[in-house]
Amino acid sequence: MVKVIQLLIYGLQVGSIYALLATGYTLIYGIIKMINLAHADFMMLGAFVSLFLYTGLAGSGSPMWLIILIVLLTMGIVGMLGVLVERIAYKPLRQRPALSSLVAAVGVSMFIQNFLRCIPAVGPSPRAYPAMFTSANITIGGVSISGIQIIVILVSVVLMILMQLLVTKTTIGKQMVATSCDKDASALMGINVNKVISITFCIGSALAAICGILYSSVYPSIHVYMAATIGNKAFISAVLGGIGNTKGAVLGGLLLGIIEVFLQSFNSSVSYGVSFVILIVILLYKPAGLLGTVEMEKV
Amino acid sequence: MKNNKKTIKKEYICFIAVYLLLYLLHYVGIISNYMFQVIMLAGVNIIMTLSLNLVNGITGLFSLGHAGFMAIGAYIAAIVTTTVLPMLGISAKNFASEFIFLIAILIGGGIAAFGGFLIARPTLKVRGDYLAIITLGFGEVIRSVIRLIEYVGGPRGMIGIPKLANFTWIFVVLLLTVYVSRNFITSTYGRACLAIRENEIAAEAMGTDARHYKTIAFTLSAFMAGVAGALFAHLLMFISPDNFAYSKSSDLLVYLYTGGVGTITGSVVGAFLMTILPEFLRFMEDWRLVIYALVLLYTIIFKPYGIAGNRELKFLGIHTYAEKKERNWKMRIMKLFAKKGGNGHERFRG
Repeated sequence: MVKVIQLLIYGLQVGSIYALLATGYTLIYGIIKMINLAHADFMMLGAFVSLFLYTGLAGSGSPMWLIILIVLLTMGIVGMLGVLVERIAYKPLRQRPALSSLVAAVGVSMFIQNFLRCIPAVGPSPRAYPAMFTSANITIGGVSISGIQIIVILVSVVLMILMQLLVTKTTIGKQMVATSCDKDASALMGINVNKVISITFCIGSALAAICGILYSSVYPSIHVYMAATIGNKAFISAVLGGIGNTKGAVLGGLLLGIIEVFLQSFNSSVSYGVSFVILIVILLYKPAGLLGTVEMEKV
Repeated sequence: MKNNKKTIKKEYICFIAVYLLLYLLHYVGIISNYMFQVIMLAGVNIIMTLSLNLVNGITGLFSLGHAGFMAIGAYIAAIVTTTVLPMLGISAKNFASEFIFLIAILIGGGIAAFGGFLIARPTLKVRGDYLAIITLGFGEVIRSVIRLIEYVGGPRGMIGIPKLANFTWIFVVLLLTVYVSRNFITSTYGRACLAIRENEIAAEAMGTDARHYKTIAFTLSAFMAGVAGALFAHLLMFISPDNFAYSKSSDLLVYLYTGGVGTITGSVVGAFLMTILPEFLRFMEDWRLVIYALVLLYTIIFKPYGIAGNRELKFLGIHTYAEKKERNWKMRIMKLFAKKGGNGHERFRG
């Protein structure tokens, strides 16, 4: 029983990282119907930006407010980079078939990874990530929870609640929903579609950045290609829950994380493949994901 | 066309000339062994891109997992040659080995096609982006399964595959693939697939069984990918599951979209140039991959039809929209000068 709870907590920690990243995927998909394959690279960017900010501004034993400031700054910088990428690479392709923007995303992903690899400050070799958050282990009835696990789960929960509030309660959230329903009609209603899309990219990239910080705090070795596998898994989570649906992304992420951790405890090498098998089986029976609704194509 | 009836067509001479030229340049030593290997790899990539073109370009489905079919073909063919050749006691130098290689290629392609059929049948009811993720998943599942099989070396990869694929093999298979693609595209099947790409609902309303044609296109494409995989395995003599990772599939997408999606010429040009390009950028060391990504982004953003620009080479006898428009324009100019133009039908015929 203790082992099950222990695994469950570990699964929640992995799952909430997936969920954060999947939310970004789903937001961007929802608004411009494009699979942003470069999304995971913003997570990697977040890890590196925070690393540089941390070594530049703070050091070990810095006060908590400085760490929070660094996290916010990272989110801001990466969010701006997301907007920049959208403006340069994706905006010209908006009227083209969906597949060409997907290929553009592959190109952006290649560019970000290899560009960083060429910069001497980053380089191809892995780097140690500093322990930003002081972590003390807590043991409750034989189940030990590390401080970083608590932070990861808490931050993700708070962010997801904030995201839900943002989408359902605020003006910009409602504009996002409207734009994702019908771009032309919402433009006619006075919504600045370009602005809404930019803000969506900004939010998505900022979420990816914070996800990068959390992920590298848990696995403190970062390199330019770190995002490939986790990006694919987050993408699976988003599709699993029903892409375009933020609640679905959270559900899919948590589900995938927990399933994966339990599978890993049996056999570590199959888990990656099995998560895809689960996805394929679920999609065959629910073609739009767990929470997605099948849209009828109108003529 | 009137001159179609000539016994020796111009393009055949061209093919032989290209073949001899490359072969001689290598023989004389102007093309180094390494470069020759890269050219052969480019040939394999062209076959893969043509296969992807059938699915992504012609039928308008989105496959992110073609490397999976390639892996099936590569491993199956490698298993066939590594077991049959020692069993019969034929060395790789023997002429009979070529025959066995042919059978291995066909078996590899066949099983990949069967895999394609199995995955196509239930999944093609899922649309667009979901199909992309399912095929991506399929590719990764294949890779995970191969990792688990000790017989083919698991994650370490498979060694000791005889070097049976040479320039001649790849060149001939490449030409065959080009002609099969051409014939498929110009057949009723191909036209049905094009109709599905343009508007699936309208095509179905016209009585086209979309799922049937999609399955056929997908299976044929998987067969080609399997053949390419078989050639790949016997060219490099070593394959590992990581050769067929997701990055391979995305490389293929890059070839297809820089060349020009939906056209045979585009696939050939794109795959060849994008395989050769990194070799010429070698002096830039790490930056070459950055340039590579920028070339891709440039073509995607500013050249929607890729390098080939939605045109086909003449001998293929396929006329794309761009060409028709151009010819239409020429006809109009001609009409200005001549009193009688041709009748409306003749204008668009090949």
